[in-house]
Parts: sequence; structure tokens; C-alpha cells
Amino acid sequence: MPRFLSLSHLAGCLLAGLGLLSGAVGAQTIKIGLPIPLTGPYGAEAKDQARNAELAVKEFNTAGGLGGRQAELLVRDDKLNPGEAATRTLELLEKDGAHFIVGGLSAATQLSINNVTRQRKVVYISISQSDVINEASDASPYTFHEALNPHMTTQAVGRYVFKKGMRVAFLTADYAYGHEMTRGFTRVAREMGAEVVGEVKHPLGHQDYSAFLPRIQAMKPDVLIFNNFGNDNRIAIKQAGDFGMKKGMQFVTPILTYTARVAGGASTYEGVIGGTQYFWEIEDKTPSAKAFNTAFKAANENRYPSDYGAMAYSAVKSLLIAVKNAGSTQSEAVAAALSQLRYDTYKGPQYYRACDRQSVQSVLVIQSNSKEARDPSDVFQVLHVEPGSEKLLRSCQELGHKG
Amino acid sequence: MEITFDLLALQLFTGLALGAIYVLLAVGLSLIFGMLTVVNFAHGAFFMLGAYIGVFAAEKTGSFWLALLIAPVVVASFGMACERWLIRPLYGRGIDYPLLLTFGLAYMMVEAVRMVWGKSGLPFDTPELLQGATDLGFAQFPTYRLFVIGVVAVLIASLWLLIEKTPFGLIVRAGARDPVIVRVLGIDVSRVWLVVFGVGTGIAALAGVLSAPLQGVSPEMGTSVLTVAFVVTVVGGMGSLMGAVVAGLLVGVVESMAVLFFPEAAKVSMFLIMATVLLIRPQGLFGRAGLMS
Amino acid sequence: MKDLPMHTSVSPSSAPAPGTLRRILGLVERHRVLATAVFFAVFPLLMPYESVAINILIYGLYAVGFNLLFGYTGLLSFGHAAFLGVGAYTAGILISQHQVSWWLAVPAAIAMSSLVALLMGLLAIRTRGIYFAMVTLALSQCVYFLVYQLPASGGENGLRGVNVAEISLPGMTINLLDPVQKYFFMFGFVVLAMWLLSRILASPFGGAIEAVRENEARARACGFDIERTKLLAFVLSAGFCGLAGALNAIHLGSVPIETLHYATSGMVVMLCLLGGMGTYFGPFVGAALFLLIQDRASAWTEHWQMIVGAVFIFFVLFFPRGVWGTLLQKLNHGR
Repeated sequence: MPRFLSLSHLAGCLLAGLGLLSGAVGAQTIKIGLPIPLTGPYGAEAKDQARNAELAVKEFNTAGGLGGRQAELLVRDDKLNPGEAATRTLELLEKDGAHFIVGGLSAATQLSINNVTRQRKVVYISISQSDVINEASDASPYTFHEALNPHMTTQAVGRYVFKKGMRVAFLTADYAYGHEMTRGFTRVAREMGAEVVGEVKHPLGHQDYSAFLPRIQAMKPDVLIFNNFGNDNRIAIKQAGDFGMKKGMQFVTPILTYTARVAGGASTYEGVIGGTQYFWEIEDKTPSAKAFNTAFKAANENRYPSDYGAMAYSAVKSLLIAVKNAGSTQSEAVAAALSQLRYDTYKGPQYYRACDRQSVQSVLVIQSNSKEARDPSDVFQVLHVEPGSEKLLRSCQELGHKG
Repeated sequence: MEITFDLLALQLFTGLALGAIYVLLAVGLSLIFGMLTVVNFAHGAFFMLGAYIGVFAAEKTGSFWLALLIAPVVVASFGMACERWLIRPLYGRGIDYPLLLTFGLAYMMVEAVRMVWGKSGLPFDTPELLQGATDLGFAQFPTYRLFVIGVVAVLIASLWLLIEKTPFGLIVRAGARDPVIVRVLGIDVSRVWLVVFGVGTGIAALAGVLSAPLQGVSPEMGTSVLTVAFVVTVVGGMGSLMGAVVAGLLVGVVESMAVLFFPEAAKVSMFLIMATVLLIRPQGLFGRAGLMS
Repeated sequence: MKDLPMHTSVSPSSAPAPGTLRRILGLVERHRVLATAVFFAVFPLLMPYESVAINILIYGLYAVGFNLLFGYTGLLSFGHAAFLGVGAYTAGILISQHQVSWWLAVPAAIAMSSLVALLMGLLAIRTRGIYFAMVTLALSQCVYFLVYQLPASGGENGLRGVNVAEISLPGMTINLLDPVQKYFFMFGFVVLAMWLLSRILASPFGGAIEAVRENEARARACGFDIERTKLLAFVLSAGFCGLAGALNAIHLGSVPIETLHYATSGMVVMLCLLGGMGTYFGPFVGAALFLLIQDRASAWTEHWQMIVGAVFIFFVLFFPRGVWGTLLQKLNHGR
């Protein structure tokens, strides 16, 4: 028999072949799809989200991954359009073979992504503010919500700001987000004994608030809450300030983002109090924040992570922890692991509540610094950290969940 | 909250200030349409470009007043370049083509601004001199908004003088009525059109600079204002200066008042007015019948 | 002063296309429905993934509806998003909130958008030219606001839950979660629609609308009822768009409010222009071109809108007949 066909050689080839096979299976990457609005007004936030998510993936991979399997981030642009977001999600699932989806920045996009993922029983962690995704109509066993929701933010900020007998007025954007904020603030105002003296609604995307401001002035509030977001928020606060209203009342807004503050400028936002889920300053008291900030700065030219960005980091990191715990990429296993997970990725202890899979976490109450601040990243001051608790959430029954 | 006379008066003045910007935009759009029969879908983009260049100029020169002069001139030059190289080849092909071209042009201009100045917008503070409020008797009213009303009034007056009393204005009016005859009379109509397009976009740019202290600047600021500009132009009558002024102020005041009584309907009210006018009197309040059918 | 349409040029004696090509072209033109069906049957193989192919089918159908009005009848409407949206929301609401089956929901969507078109058309048809475009824009914005305020639509958040997982037909079950099966489900509707379009264009009515486009005064002198013709074209056009909307709702499982926004109206004008107005297959070419350019450009750079705008300007200036239109023109040497 020719030498190359000897039994030992054959055995050797077989073993080598098997080794190659198992190696190939072991090298199968864990794919995480990240549809975010890289184009459009929130491009800056989205870019930061991508950077933060990459950091989480890198940390997972350098720690060995899942038994040698590496994770890979697939970033896609959803153009802030829900239809586009759904298409991107379909692309990620059908063409790219993504195992999990993290993403969505606006409420509408996360809901349309969610619709696609839950139809196909894919684990989806949303990093966008919305009350609706917790509700029974949109929830699913595979949908997790890492971000804050308007209700939590309003409870935390309201509890800090409202005092008994205070007069509270709202300037609300006339869409779901605005209404959710109003509802939340009204509830906590009642609890604290503050009086809601009125609400003025404005159309979404409005650019001139001069018509609304006199009505608000006539109500003589102590606190004026801007229940809007992005450009609306920036312009409304600016114009209200121009009308001289900041002198007589405290400006409050539920979400105070870093990018909005930078775009609006120091004098516009000066003194405004708001809520957020993360600001780098908490690293003094929170070890996980310190570790996170250090790692992010090292990978990103000494820049601090932003609020929206940090959310993406936490979502991907907690997802990968769950994957490791489950030991597989199967949706059911990972969803179960996430449901039971207790994690502290960047700002303190968090866990997902059982009925609606909302991440129970702390809320920061911050205030915008005056223009004399020296450091460009030193834009906010943390006034108060409201610890994470289910008290900040709406009850399971209220959301339509049974039990 | 009771409706007092003071509140009504304040809302009225607010409406006038709002309308003043609308008037500027509509005048430019109307001028371009009346003379060139071009529906300029990039008008909002020119408005936005003017605002950004104004902010840039104000930062570089340290003077808002200089920016008020520089921005319209720069944008008008760019506008004239667009007319010469992009729009002129399309004359004679029907109204649809220049409309479609300006549509694509708007896309490019907005993206170009994003590339240069970022996606999130820039802050811009009211110039020192115009900060604060003036006592109008019935309420305190922001001084800057009074300034805007004033500037627009002066500009409209000058424009009217230009169109009604100067030889150039005569050509403009004649060209709007019958470009063929004007050409037969030996006047280079294309040069007139070039200037008119420049003036129209320049006015839009001025509106942009004036808006910057009111709301800051963002790449999207043009798209939302474009629809209002169209509504006003259509209601006033395409090609009519008087129409643009009256309709602009009307829409501004109506919007302002609607906010007081039916806030949710404020935005729809504009389109309802537009639809109604178009159906009852398609040429608008002051437009010429048969123009552009 | 009405402008003469410039696409009646006669090119000087250029050599006719080779014989076989002409014969194939003739064959395709005579059996255009079959040709379309065959092309789309193999289309998924040409596309990187099925969802892009489905989007091209759906937006192509939307453009086909618009093209009936713009390319064939010569009326530029800036409000067609209303019909796409009404179709999508009707089907969506019926399926997600009233548990109506797809084979009732889809026709209902077509009926609803046709009805809305009838109402809009009755108001808009008396205007001409640019005013027609403005009225349709204004009216469709009113539809946008109406639907936005409707609680059932979900407002800003969009309508979710349009989940049709399985289609049971006599003899087989189609699993809509499988992209290939979903594609062929949509394909069936599109072929049906294109057959209907072919019938419409070949009918006397098809002749009438082209007559209206070429010269309204002459058409009126020939005895055509111009207003009735335009209105019917408007309503039929809306029916196609309504179907596209319903299919889109099923495809994505949700309906975004942006479907009704005027930007969507603007997009379909672009699709038609890129593909070729007044051609049978052009709208699909336009949809494919637009979606693929947008896809590739946005994967390549975040400033893809610059590229899309530039492409669009390029086409308006140099290829006003669109890709397909120019191609047809070259092959038929200047007809």
C-alpha cells in the first residue's frame, strides 16, 4: 500500500479534519446588529453610541469571548426613519445573520425595530426613551429596555425639584413623548403637593415659540418644564430665556443631553435643571463609572462618553454578559439569562424588572453650568443621584401586564 | 386664563414678527416664480445657508451688522451661479424640471452644510444692542423682534420702490408679463433673470440671518420653513409683491392667534387656508389669473 | 403660454438597432406583463438580500401608481404620499386592531385610498399646472394631520402589530417570516397590478389620458371629458399606491407616520424621474436605482444625501427621460 494511504496517516488526516471543523464552528462570530441614526439631527449621539458599543465588544473579545467565539458589531444607519429602521433590521437578520439587535434612538424607530425582532423571536435591547415599549401591547419576552423611560425620568427630577405649594407649568411637544412626560410630572407633582397651573402644547418641530410664551407668563409659574427634545428643546429654552422668563422661574427639562447643551450653548442652558441616565462626573463615587470612563478615554482620544453613548455601552456589555452566562447565542437562553441578570456596567447596580423587562437603574438630576466653566466637558453639575428602584416605574398592572 | 386685550395685542405683535420672516421668504419665492416661472424648492436651503454664513461671518468679524450684509451677498452670488449653470439649461422644458432640479439642489445644500458645520446645529446669541425687551404699553416685547419687523418694513419699501419706480423694475414687471416681447425689444432677459434669482435668494438669506438670533441655526431649519413659504406665496399670489406681504402677515397673525385658541390646529390651519384659497381663487389674493397653468 | 413637450424630437437618420434586438424588444413590449413577471421572478437572485428586493417591488408599485398620473396623464401631484399612507394605515389598522384577514384588508386599503383620491380629486382637478401640485400638497398635509391625531394610528410612534405571519391558501401555506416566500407573496400582487395597468393603458382610456397630456385643448376639442378623465386617472393612480401601502405595512409589520409626510410625496417624483416617466417599466428601474444608490451610498458615507442629490440633479439635467426612458429611446431610435 502506498505510504500516504497508511492507516496512521488516514487517522491523522481525519483528526485534523475534525479539528478544522470544530475550529470553524468555534470561530463563528456572535453578531450584534446596531441600527442607529447616523444621518440626521442626532448623528452626533449615534456616532457616540457606535463608539461605546465597539468598546463593549472589544472588552468582551479581549476577555476571551464565549469560549473563543468573538463578538462583532454591525452598525447600520436607520436615518431616524422607522421604515428604514425596520428594513435595516430585516437586513441584519436575513442577510448578515445577526443574533441580537441593540439600538434605535427615537421612540418610533425602536418600536418598529421591536416589531420586527419580536415577530422573529430575536433578543432586542432598546436604547431609546419611550414609555410605550414597556406596555403590554409592544412588549415581548425577547425585548429589553436598557434606557430610561419618561416616567422614571419625571419621577426622579420631579421629586428633586417640586416642593409643596410650588406652581408648575408645562410647555409640551404635542406627541407621545411630550404627553408621557406631562403625565409623569403631573403624577409626581400631586405626590409632592405642587400645583400644576397649566400646560401649553406646541406642534412637534416648531421653530417659533413666541406665540406660546405670553400664555405661560400669564400663568405665573415657579417652575417651567420643557417637555420636548432635541431642536425643539433648544429653541424653546432659548426663546423663553430671550423673553426674560428665566429670571422669574426655574427652567426644568426632563432630559438634558450633552449634545443639546453643546448645540444650544452655555448661556441658553445656564441654570436649567434636567435629568439624564449618565454623566461622567459620577466616577468619583462610582467605581464602575471610573473604570468605564478610563477605558473609553483611552480608546477615544481622552474624550468622555456621552449620556446616549454610555447607554449603548451598557446595553451591549450586559447582553454579552448574559450570552456568557447562557453559554450560547440561542434567543430563549439569552433572554432567560438577561431576565435574571444583576449587572453593574457603568453607573451602579441594574437589573431587568420581570414583567416588562425595564432596566431598573439610577437617574441623575443635573444642572447646566454657566459659561465660565473652564473645561468643555465640564458642562453639567450633578445635583442628585436618585437610586434605582421599582418605585420609579409604573406598576405592572398599569402597563397592562398580567401579574 | 382669561383673554385680555393686552394678551390679544401681544399675540398680534408676535404674529407680525413671525409674519415678517414669512414675508421675506415669500417675497423671494414669489419674485423668482413671477419672473422665471421657477418653483424654487431650494428656497428653504438658501434660507438656511444664509443663516449659517451669517453666524460664521458674525463670529469672524465680531459684528452682527456686517454679517447682515455679507451673508445675503454671498448667498446671492451662489444663487446666481446656480441659476446660470443649473437652472438656465432647463428653461423651455416645462415647469416640472426646474422644480425637480431645485429639489435635488436642496438635498445637496443641506448635506454640504452638515459636512462643514456638523449635524447638531450652532447657537447664536442676540446682538448686545438688541437684547432685552421694550415696553409697548400693553406688554414687554423683545426688542430684537421689533428690529426684525423694522428691517423687513424698510426692505419691502425699498423693493417696492425698485420695482415700481426704476427702469430695472420696469423690465422686471414687463418680463413677468411677457418675456418674449421683452426679448424682441432687445433686452437681455436672461441677465435680468440672473439678477432676479440672485435677489430672491439673497432675500431668503437675509431672512435666515435675521432668524439666527431667534432660534439658533440647524441644518433642518430650512425644510420646515419652506412649507410655510409656499403656503404664503400661494395664498398671496405667485408673482405678486403685495400678495406676499399681505399673506405673510396674515399667516403669521393667524398662526399666532390659533395658538391662543386651538393650539393643536395651528399647523393645519395654514394648510386649510392654502387649500381654501387655491380652490376658490387659484391665483391667490393678488396674483394674476392664468399665470402658470 | 403652454410649453411644447420636448420629447417629440426626431433624431436624424441613425442606424436602426440590430434585427434580433429589435425583435426581442418588440416581443417584450407586446408581452410586457409576462416579461415583467419573468424578470421579477428571478429578481431576488440579483439582489444582495430579499428585503431590498421587496422594497423595490413596493416602491416601484408606488411609483407605477404615480406614473399613471404624472407620466401618462401629465399631472404633477405633490400629495401622493396620502394614498400610500391611507392604504398602509387602512390595512394596518384592520389587521392589527380588528383581526381582519389580509385578503379583506388589502382590497379595503385599495378602496380607501381610492375614496380619499376621489374626494381630493373633486377638489383639486379644477386647478392646473403648478397650482394642482400645490393643492395636492396642501390636501395631503391635511390627511397627514388627520391621521396623526387619530388615536388608532399611534401618532408619532407609528402603527405597530401588523403581523401577518402565515398565509393559508387552498393547497399551500406561505410563511411570511421567510424572506423568499414573503417576496413571492408580494410578487403576486405586483404582477396582478402590472397586468391591470397594461389593460388600462391599452384601453381607450389609456389613449385618452395620453391625449390629455399631449394637448389638453385639442383633447377637449376631440370630445373627451377632460375633468372626468383626469379624475379617473387620479383615482386609479391612488388605487395602485394604496396597494403598495398595504403591502408595505405587511412587509415591515408597522406603518411609520413618515409614510404620509410630503417628503414621501417628493420621493416618488424622484423615483419616476430617475426611472422614466410615461414608461411601463420605468418606475421599477427608478425605484431600484434610488434604493440601491441610497443603500450603497449610506454604507459608504454618512453624507449619502449629497450623492443622492447630485445624482438627481445629474438626471434632471442630462437624462430627463430617466434611465429606462433614455434606454428605450436609444433602442427605438427617437420614437
